This record gives sequence, structure tokens and C-alpha cells, in this order.
Amino acid sequence: MKDFKEIKIQNLVKYYGNRKVVDNFNLTIKNGEFITLLGPSGCGKTTILNSIAGLIPIDGGSIYIDDECIDDGKRFIPPEKRNFGMVFQNYALFPHLTVFENVAFGLRIRKFPPSEIRERVINALRMVHLEEHIDKYPRQLSGGEQQRTALARCIVTEPRLMLLDEPLSNLDALLRIEMRYELKAIHEKLGITTIYVTHDQQEALALSDRIVVLNKGKIQQIGTPEEIYSYPRNLFVAHFLGFRNIWNVDVIHVKDGEIEFKLGDFILNAVLNEKYKEHIHNSIRDKKKLYISIRPEDIKIGEGPINSLEMRVEVMEYLGQVRQLWGYINGNLRIEISTFEKIILNPGDKIKIYIPPERILVFPEEDVQ
Amino acid sequence: MKKREFLTVFLLLLPVLIYFIFLFVYPFIYGLHLSLTNDEGKFTLANFIRFLTDPWDANTIWITLKIAIPATLLNVLIAMPLAYYMRHGIKGEKLISFLLILPITLGSVFVAEGMLTYMGPNGWLNKILMALKIIDKPYRFTHNYLGVLLALIIQGFPFVFLMLLGYISGIDPTLEKAASILGASRWYIFRRIIFPLWMPGIAMATSLNFVMNFTVFPSAVLLGQPSGPTRVISIAAYQWAFEKFDFHMASAIAIIMGLVELIFILIVMLIRQRFFKIVATSGGKG
Amino acid sequence: MRRIKFSGILYWIAIFVYVFNVLGIIFTVILNSLSKNWYTDWFPKIFTLEWYSYMAKEHDLTQLLFATFVVVISVALISLLIGYPAAYIFARYNFKFKNVLLSLLLVPMLVPPMTYGIPLAAMLYKLRLATRISGVILANLVPIIPYVVLILYPFIEQIDVSYESAARILGASRLRTFVKVLLPLTVPGIFTAALLSIVRTIAMFELTFLVAGPKSQTVIVALYYDAYAAGTRPPQAIDALAVVYFLITMTFLLIALKFASPTQFVYRGK
Repeated sequence: MKDFKEIKIQNLVKYYGNRKVVDNFNLTIKNGEFITLLGPSGCGKTTILNSIAGLIPIDGGSIYIDDECIDDGKRFIPPEKRNFGMVFQNYALFPHLTVFENVAFGLRIRKFPPSEIRERVINALRMVHLEEHIDKYPRQLSGGEQQRTALARCIVTEPRLMLLDEPLSNLDALLRIEMRYELKAIHEKLGITTIYVTHDQQEALALSDRIVVLNKGKIQQIGTPEEIYSYPRNLFVAHFLGFRNIWNVDVIHVKDGEIEFKLGDFILNAVLNEKYKEHIHNSIRDKKKLYISIRPEDIKIGEGPINSLEMRVEVMEYLGQVRQLWGYINGNLRIEISTFEKIILNPGDKIKIYIPPERILVFPEEDVQ
Repeated sequence: MKKREFLTVFLLLLPVLIYFIFLFVYPFIYGLHLSLTNDEGKFTLANFIRFLTDPWDANTIWITLKIAIPATLLNVLIAMPLAYYMRHGIKGEKLISFLLILPITLGSVFVAEGMLTYMGPNGWLNKILMALKIIDKPYRFTHNYLGVLLALIIQGFPFVFLMLLGYISGIDPTLEKAASILGASRWYIFRRIIFPLWMPGIAMATSLNFVMNFTVFPSAVLLGQPSGPTRVISIAAYQWAFEKFDFHMASAIAIIMGLVELIFILIVMLIRQRFFKIVATSGGKG
Repeated sequence: MRRIKFSGILYWIAIFVYVFNVLGIIFTVILNSLSKNWYTDWFPKIFTLEWYSYMAKEHDLTQLLFATFVVVISVALISLLIGYPAAYIFARYNFKFKNVLLSLLLVPMLVPPMTYGIPLAAMLYKLRLATRISGVILANLVPIIPYVVLILYPFIEQIDVSYESAARILGASRLRTFVKVLLPLTVPGIFTAALLSIVRTIAMFELTFLVAGPKSQTVIVALYYDAYAAGTRPPQAIDALAVVYFLITMTFLLIALKFASPTQFVYRGK
């Protein structure tokens, strides 16, 4: 059905005026993959998506599906000839057409016989659980139902590639999780190659086969959700994926993937992960100063064998399952911890904490974003 | 609504209500009354009958329609492709809009006075056309049907254009993108998406422009032949009121004017409803 | 751009032809009013101001300008006084028939003045107000009051109601809240409404024409009479009056454009 091996995007460049919004974007997508472009607003992710769709002209690079050139600045297949599907942030449902006609729109252009149109539309609507709304107009639907209609309209033509532009961002929190699950289920079922754009790291982690983290038009890291979450390549990715406690430290010495450094008055050790050794080693060899980062949930309460610190608690938040602690170490360094332990602390209390050395991420200074 | 709140609303709306009743509703009723009575104040349909049976007067309806309908259609047909082209904004939009509102703001009398010289036998227009060898002797642009038609286009085109532009640029541009990704060609998108969504705006602009054109007055007098081919219905109404001082007849003509306008608007609405379901003009979001 | 469009070229040609002719009309009027013996040449050879003194002598120009300004300013002020409270109610309160009332107010703006002007003039004649300045002002109020309401309404609506609430909670009376909080915040809206209604009233021919007398007519009506009786005076003198009208209109138009977008001249009215 979706008979291609891979989509290859090479050196994609896009300017808005003098501003380079996409800078040398390279990505190869295998058939059936679910790829997420993740980044803050203005990082260029939507621009990339629109370039792939053919909705905006590109200023450099090329997009190929196997050997078929989709766009290289000269040869250009217009969007209506690409057989892609797209779901927009505002759904872009045609307000003057019913749910049925919206979904049938692409099929009518492809001149399917009426009976087949009906069958396919009903199948698609069944898949998104909307059969009973078939004759309604978009304005009579709730946000979630509009979203489902847009999805049905996208999948009904069996596109080669499905482009999703922040499709869940206009839904409320509960519905978003439900739709996330449905999206995943539909992808598993149909296996349509998908590029998904979002600024929400949870969505990216939950849905993707691979995630592309973007900032200021540049790729920061490409990897599986696991890789991205546990081993961010730089401070930007780390921060974007929930690493807090980012500190500037003085290096004492570096040896065999172990680093000894000074954080305020404390001497701490970090053990570099295998995945990192090469990359980090080269970039930090001669550095006197480094950035380290630890997730709030990786810091333990109590006396540890190594890397022990004392923290002065300022605020404790009760968040149900976990407790979030905010405070200072070494007098003036802010620290954030989240813990499952059922402790009760008051502002001003001092507690012992320790940081497992293998949980510390180390970044050279130039990564600062 | 609480009593106190009701009082606030009522008191602050009172001036507008008084204005509306005394300066708009009452004159209308007064005019209706005048049109249905004679000098002695007795009820009569004579005014209407007299107007409609006198060929010199009744003919003004046709004369006016013959000017107003082509002018309206031309305005809409010229403005539509231009507004379509400009729907996503364009360079120099501010300057263009400024130049377009100039003739609207200056008004028909000024434009007519300018056209008399500019389009006259020694005017620039004829000079340019002769220099370009399009014509070999001065062409008569004024003091005829063409003059009135041109005046209505110069006045009406920017009005129709800006109004159509307002409506079409209100259509969510992602709808076009969505349609094109689904495989629709430009023409298909126009036919199936843009045109139906634009229809309420087109109907509105057409109706308003027709109503403006149907009541043309200074242009018809200054640029046409007010005692002949361009004796429009406004001229008839004016002459009855201020030359023959018969406000009964004049009011009857004003009522007929209003009725023709109403009928035209109803026809436009009927066409619109016949072919297109009414939809909200706001885009896809609910 | 990847695709050079044929339609683009047509677009610019159409706009060019239109703008060229409009500017041609305006420059013809200006040049003609300043020229002597301009017939076959492209541009006049002799320039003169004599038509302006001629025109000023023919008309009582001071009286004409005075009447115009009195009418225009009064219409703007009265419309604001009547329209502001209504706009405030529309912006701040929800009540039954609100939408009905709003659409009713649209009607006087959309119905062309020639249609309702005749019965209105008949009524004003009956009340012996026609031919007086007061009659001209009353007639011009008809389309302008709804216009002012519809300009002010969104201006007031976009001002967060919490400013007023804050003032009230701090102890200000309703009147004080209005004078000290709402009024200053809506000054831009008031200016926009005032200027747009001034521009419209200056250009309003039909209603003024139907009710004005010799002493209460505005520049545009005088210009019409001149052009109507074209044979009786030199066309250059008529154009001189047209230029006076043009300068007045343009002055207010340019000030108005500082506050309002060009489309507002079309949109909320006519």
C-alpha cells in the first residue's frame, strides 16, 4: 500500500527574510516510522512540516521518497499530487461541509465510486468513533470530535505520509491523553508513516519511534525516546526534557570517564555513561569549567556513600504521589528535588541528600542555550 | 435582569432610542403616510398609480436598473478576482487601500466634477488614448450613459473590493492548505471551499452596491443626460419634491425606490440560499 | 518566488489603471483651478490664482466654510454624546433584544440616504427645521449616530471590565469611575469616531442637499450647484471650489488615518 522504503530530507534550508528558520535539516524516515519533531515554539518544526507537505517553497536542500524527487527547489511536486495527509493545529475542517463530506473530500477528488466513498468514510469514522456524528457540521462538534474528524479525513485517503501539526494542543488535558492513545492505536493499526510536530515532551515520548529535538532551526539530537530522555546530548535537550538543577562547576580532574569537580564548597564525583564517554570526553578534556545537570527525581534523601550534600528546605509542595522540595545548597545554589518518601518538612529544615554519580550529566560550556 | 441594572441599560440607551424613533422610524412612517394621502389628507393610492402609469416617470425605474445592474455586476466581477488574489495580503497593501478609499471619501460630486475635465474632449484621458493611438479623435466619456456608469465604477469598485477582501481574508487560510494536501487543485479549492464560504460576503457586497447604484443622483445629473437617458429615479423623486413641491408624490417614489431595493436584495438572498447552505463565515474552529 | 503568476500581472494592471485614473481626476481638478487657457497642451502654460478670488467673490466663502464647520463639528459632538452611552451598554451588558437593537441600528447606515432622505426632508420642512443649520445637523445625524456606536462599541468592549471594578472597589463613584478610568482609556476610540464622522459629514451630499437652504449649505452642496449650473461660470472657478473641498477633506482624512485603518471607512458603513 504505502510502497516506499524511506523518505530522505537532505540539507533542508528555509529563510524568512534574512532569518534562517531551518538550518541544514537532515533526516531519513523509514516506512512505517513515527517521527516526532520536538522543540519550543519558533524552533522551525512547523516550517519543516510545511516544507515536507509542499505548502511553502524551500530555499535549499531536497526531499526524496526513495528515488522520486518531491522537492529540490527546481523539481517540485505540488502538495495536491503528493498523496500525503495532514492534520492541522486548528483542524481546518471545512465549515460548510458535514462530517461525511469533510471526510469524503479527498475521495471525491480521487473520483472513487459513490458506494466505495460511503464505505471508506464510514470505516474511517468508525475507527475514530464518530459514526453517529456523520451528518453534523463542524461547528456542532466538540473540540475532541473535530479532532477525530480531521484525523479521519487524513487517514481515509491512505496517504503515504501523515503530517500532524500539534494536533492535540487545542484539547484539554484529559482529552489530550485519550487522543494520544487513539493516535498511537491508529498508527499501530494502519502503519502509516507519520511526522508529528509538538512542543510537549510527554506526547513526544509517548508516541514516537524516534524524536528529533530542534532549537532555533537546528537539530539538537535525534534518537529513540529512551535515548533522548536519559541521555540528552546537550544542555538544551536536557533542560527541555525535564532536567533541572543545572550548575556551573569547577573541574578538579578527569579520568577514564570519571570526573571530580567542585560545586560550591562540595567535592563531587560524576561517572559518565558508556553512551557518552566518547562525545563528552573529547569536548571536556581541557575544560576548567563544566555544566552539570541532575533530574529532581534522581537526587536521594539521606546519607549516601558519596556525593553527600546538605540542603536547606525553603518550600515543600505536596503533589500526591511525589513531594517536591525547593531549597538551597551551599547557601546560595538553588536545588529542586522530587521524592516518593513520605516525609514532612518545614521551611528552614536542613536535610542530608546525595546524588548518585552515574546520574549526573556533564556538558561542556558551549552548549549553553 | 435586576431592576437597578435594567434602569441603567434603559437610561443610557434612551438617547439612541429617541434618535432612532424620531429621526428614522417616524420619518419613514410619515413618508408612508404622505405617499398614501392627498393634499386633503385622504387615503389614496393615486400617487403610486400616477407614477407607475406615467411613462415619463415609470420609465425611470428601467433607466435606473439599466445603469445600476451593469455597474453592480461590473464592480463585483472586477473586484472578485482582485480580492481573491490579494486574500493573503500583499505588498503595499496600506498604500493601495489608501488610494482606493480616496474616491469613496471625496464623494460623488467631487469625482463627477473631476471626471468632467479629466475625461472631457481636452482631458488627459483622451490625450493619452490618442497618444497611444487607441482612438484617433476624442471619445465622449461624459454627458451620456457611459459617464454615469464610469462614475459608479470609480465610486463602487473600491467599496466592493475592500468589502470582498474583508470577507475573503476572514476565511481560514489553513482550509486551502488542508484541501490541497487532500489532492484538490486550485480551481477545485476555489469552487468547493472558497466560493461557498465567500458567498455571504459576495451577496452582501452585491446588495449594498446595487442599493448605492440604484439611488445614484449627483453623478447622473452631472455626468449624464438628466433629462433623457440618465433620468434616474432619484431625479424624479427630487423633481417632485423640490420643483413641483409635491411631497406626497416624492414620498411615493421614495417608497417605490425602497421596494425595488428590497426586491433586489431578496433575489440575491434567494439565489444564495438556493445554491449554498448558510454557513458561519468564521473558519473551521468551533 | 517559484511560480510567477499571470494573475499577478493582471492584478497590478487593474490596480494601476484604477489608481492612475483616480489620481488623474484629482490632479486635473487641482491643475485646472490654477491654470489659464489650458486646452490642448498636456500641462498648463500659465498659472494663476485668479479663479480662487473669483470663486471667493461669487460665494460668501466665509459663510460657507463657517456653516460647514458648524454642521460637521455639531454632528460629531452630538453623535458622540448620544452614541457613547449606547456603545457602553452594548459593550458591557447583555440583555434581551441586544442583537435585534444592534441590527436595527445598522439599517440607517445601510439604506442609501436618497431613499430615506425625501421623507426625512418632508418631515423637517413640516417642522420648519429645513433650510436651517439645525435641520442640516439633524439630517446628518441619521447615518452618523449608528456609525459612532459601531466604532465605539468594540473599543469599549476590549477594555477589561476589571479596571472599572477596581476603581469601584477602591471607592470611586460611578461618575468618577467613568471620568477618571473609562473616559481616558477610550480616548483613542473617541478620536477615531469623531474624525471618521467628520470625514463622512463633510462628504455627505444627499442629505445636506435635500434639507439645506442657501445659508446652511456645506461646501459639497455649493460645489454641486456650481457644477450643475456649469455654463454660468468658468470651469476653473468651479474647480477652485473643488480644491477647497478637497483640501478640507484630505486634512481630516489624513488625521483620521492616524487613528483608523482605511477599511474602517468602508466596512462599518455605507
